[in-house]
Amino acid sequence: MAVPRTDARAALRADALSKAYGERRALHGVSFSAAPGELVAIIGPNGAGKTTLLQILAGALAATSGSVSLDRHDVGWVPQQAAIYSKLSVRENLRLFARLERVADVDATVDRMLGQTGLRERAGDAVGRLSGGNQQRVNIAVGLLADPAVLLLDEPSAALDPRQRARLWDFVLALAREGGTTIVYSTHNVAEAERYADRLLVLADGELLFTGTPAELEHATGEHDATDFEGAFVRFLRSRGH
Amino acid sequence: MRWLLLKDLQILRRSPLLVGLLVLYPVVVALIAGVALSSGPSKPKVAFANLVPADEATLDLGGRELDATTYASELFDAVDPIRVGSREAAIAKVRSGEALGALVIPPDAIARLQSTLGLGGGGDPPTVEVYYRADNPLKRRYVEATVAATLADANQALSDEILEEAANYLNLIVAGGSLSLPLVGDVDVLGLRNARRIIDAALADLPAGSPSRAPLEQVSRFAQLAADNLDVSKPILASISTPVAVDETSLAGSDSDLDVFGVEVAVVLSLMFVGLLLAAGMLALEREEHAFGRLVRGLVTRTGLLVEKIGLAALCAWGLASVMLAVLIAFLDLGWSRTPAWLAALALAALAFAALGVAIGGLTREVRAGSLLAFMLALPIAALALVPSGAIDGTLYDVIRVVSGAFPFKPALDALDAALGGGGALLAPLAHLAALTVAFAAIARVALRRFA
Repeated sequence: MAVPRTDARAALRADALSKAYGERRALHGVSFSAAPGELVAIIGPNGAGKTTLLQILAGALAATSGSVSLDRHDVGWVPQQAAIYSKLSVRENLRLFARLERVADVDATVDRMLGQTGLRERAGDAVGRLSGGNQQRVNIAVGLLADPAVLLLDEPSAALDPRQRARLWDFVLALAREGGTTIVYSTHNVAEAERYADRLLVLADGELLFTGTPAELEHATGEHDATDFEGAFVRFLRSRGH
Repeated sequence: MRWLLLKDLQILRRSPLLVGLLVLYPVVVALIAGVALSSGPSKPKVAFANLVPADEATLDLGGRELDATTYASELFDAVDPIRVGSREAAIAKVRSGEALGALVIPPDAIARLQSTLGLGGGGDPPTVEVYYRADNPLKRRYVEATVAATLADANQALSDEILEEAANYLNLIVAGGSLSLPLVGDVDVLGLRNARRIIDAALADLPAGSPSRAPLEQVSRFAQLAADNLDVSKPILASISTPVAVDETSLAGSDSDLDVFGVEVAVVLSLMFVGLLLAAGMLALEREEHAFGRLVRGLVTRTGLLVEKIGLAALCAWGLASVMLAVLIAFLDLGWSRTPAWLAALALAALAFAALGVAIGGLTREVRAGSLLAFMLALPIAALALVPSGAIDGTLYDVIRVVSGAFPFKPALDALDAALGGGGALLAPLAHLAALTVAFAAIARVALRRFA
C-alpha cells in the first residue's frame, strides 16, 4: 500500500512537541506528520506518552512547547473511555455534542452518524444500557460529528471483544479509505498496529524512537522475515534501552 | 452553555431518586418546622400531689381568708398537671416516664406560710418538693428552669396579694375606716387624718396661753407628718413586688422572634444542602462521565462550565428554598410585603452555596467524595454560625466568627433575617455573599486545572 508522506500533503503536522509535569518529562520533542487518508498507529510501553501526545493533538491538553498545524475544529477526538453521558440516549448525546460543535444542520448530521455507526435502532436507548462496543461506537460518532479531517483515537479497541474489534476496524478503515479521513490511534495491541496502520510511531519515555511502516520496523530489528511482530517490537525497544 | 444546561436538566429529570430527595427534603423540613412553630410549645406533664388537708387550705392574712388553691393554680399555667393523691404516686409517675417531673405540696405548707406571714414573722418558709428523672443534663436543665419559673410565678401572685393587703392597712391607718378582726368583730379605726382634724379643732377652742396647747400642737404635727409620709409609702410598697424593672435595648443583631429565626435556619439549611450537593455533584459528574476533557477542548470554556453549574445549582436551590419559605410564611402568617427582599437574599445565598459546591466538586473530582465533603463541611459551618457571642471565650469566638465569615451560611442567615424584617442592613450580607461567590468560583476555576 502506497502511503503519501510529503509535508505538502500533510493533513496533520506536529513540530517538536514537549510536555513536562514539573520535573517529569511526559513528551520530549516529538515531530511527525500524517497525510490525508493515512492510518498512523502510536505504540509504546505504558507511560510512553501516547495519550499525552493524542491529547495535545486534540487540543485537550496544552503542550509545554512545540506546535500542531491543525485547529482543534479540524480534529475529531475519541478518548479511551467513552466521553458521553450515560443517562442520555444515543440521539441526545449526538445532538448535544453536535450543538456544542456548532454543526450547521444538527438533525441531519445526527441522522447521518446514526446510520454510519449502525446505531439507528438504538438511537432512543440510554447510553448506559448499551454494550461496551456500542458505547465505543457512540464515542467515535461524537468524534466524527464535525466531519473532521483528522480523527484521533485513544486505545479504541481496548475494551472490545474480537467480534466488536473487527467491526470497529472495518468502520475506521472505511473512514480512511473511502472518506479520506486521517486516522491517528494509539494501541497496546501491536498486532492491530501492524495489521491496520500505514505507519507506526514508536514512543518510549516521551521520546519518538521510530517512525515508519511496520515492515521498516522489522528491518530496524534486523529480522526481515520475523513472524512474531510483537517479539520484534519488544526487541527493538530493548535495543534502544527501554 | 444553554445546551449544557438543558443536558443537565435532562440528566436530573432521569434521576428521580436524586430529584425526589432534593424536592422532598426541603418540603418535609418546611412542613415539620411550620407545624412545630405554628402550634406553639406544649406544656410538660408534671405529676402534682397537694398533701395539704382540704380544711387547712386557707390562709389568714390580716383577718382576710385567702384560698391557697388560688396560688397553686399559678403553678399550672406553664405545666400540664397530673393530679395524684400521694408523694409516692407522684414519684411513680416520674419513674414510669409519664411525667417529666413531680411537684409535692407537703401537708404543713400552708401552716408554715401562715407562720411566716404572722406578725412575728418567724418560722421556716414552706417548701415545695420537686422530683425529676435526670436522663441527661439537658433534661435536668429544662426541668429546673420550668420549676423555677413556675414557682416564681406562684410566689409573685402571693406576694402581690400580701402587698395589696399591706397597702390596705396603710390606707386604714392614714384615712381611717373599719377593720374586721377575728373574735373581736368589726373595729372602727380613726386614722391619722381624722385624728389631726379632731386635735386641730380642740386647739382652736383652747385659750392662747393654755399649757395643753404645746403638746397638742406637737401631736397634730406628728399626725400630719405621718399621714403624708405613709401616703407616699404606698407606691414604695408597690415597687417591692417588682423591685427591678427591665429595660431591654438590643445593640446589634436580630430582633426576630424565635419562631421566625427557626424558619430562617431551616430555610438556609435546606438551601445550603441543595446548592452544595447539586453543584458539587454535577461538576464531578462531568469528570466521572469522562466528558470534561471533550468539553473543554474548545466546546465550552472552563469558566463557562463553572458558570453553568453554579447557575443550575443556584436556580434549583433558590426555587426550592423560595417555595419552602413561602409555605412557612403562610403557616406563620408573616405577611408578603417583604417578598422581593427575601427572594433577593435567597438568590445571593444560593449563588454563594453553589459556588462553594463547585469548589468542592472541583477539588474532590468525584461525586461520592464531593457529596461526603459537602456534608462534612455543611454541618460544622451551620453549627459554628449559630454559636452566640458570650457563650464561649472571646478569642475563640473571634476565631469562630472569622471561620463562619469564610463560608456562606452566616451571611445567608443574616441576609434572610434582614430581608424578613429582623433588623440590620440587608446590603452588607448581600455584598458578603457576592464576594464569597466570586472567591469560591475562583477556587473552583483553579481546581479545574487538574480536573481532567
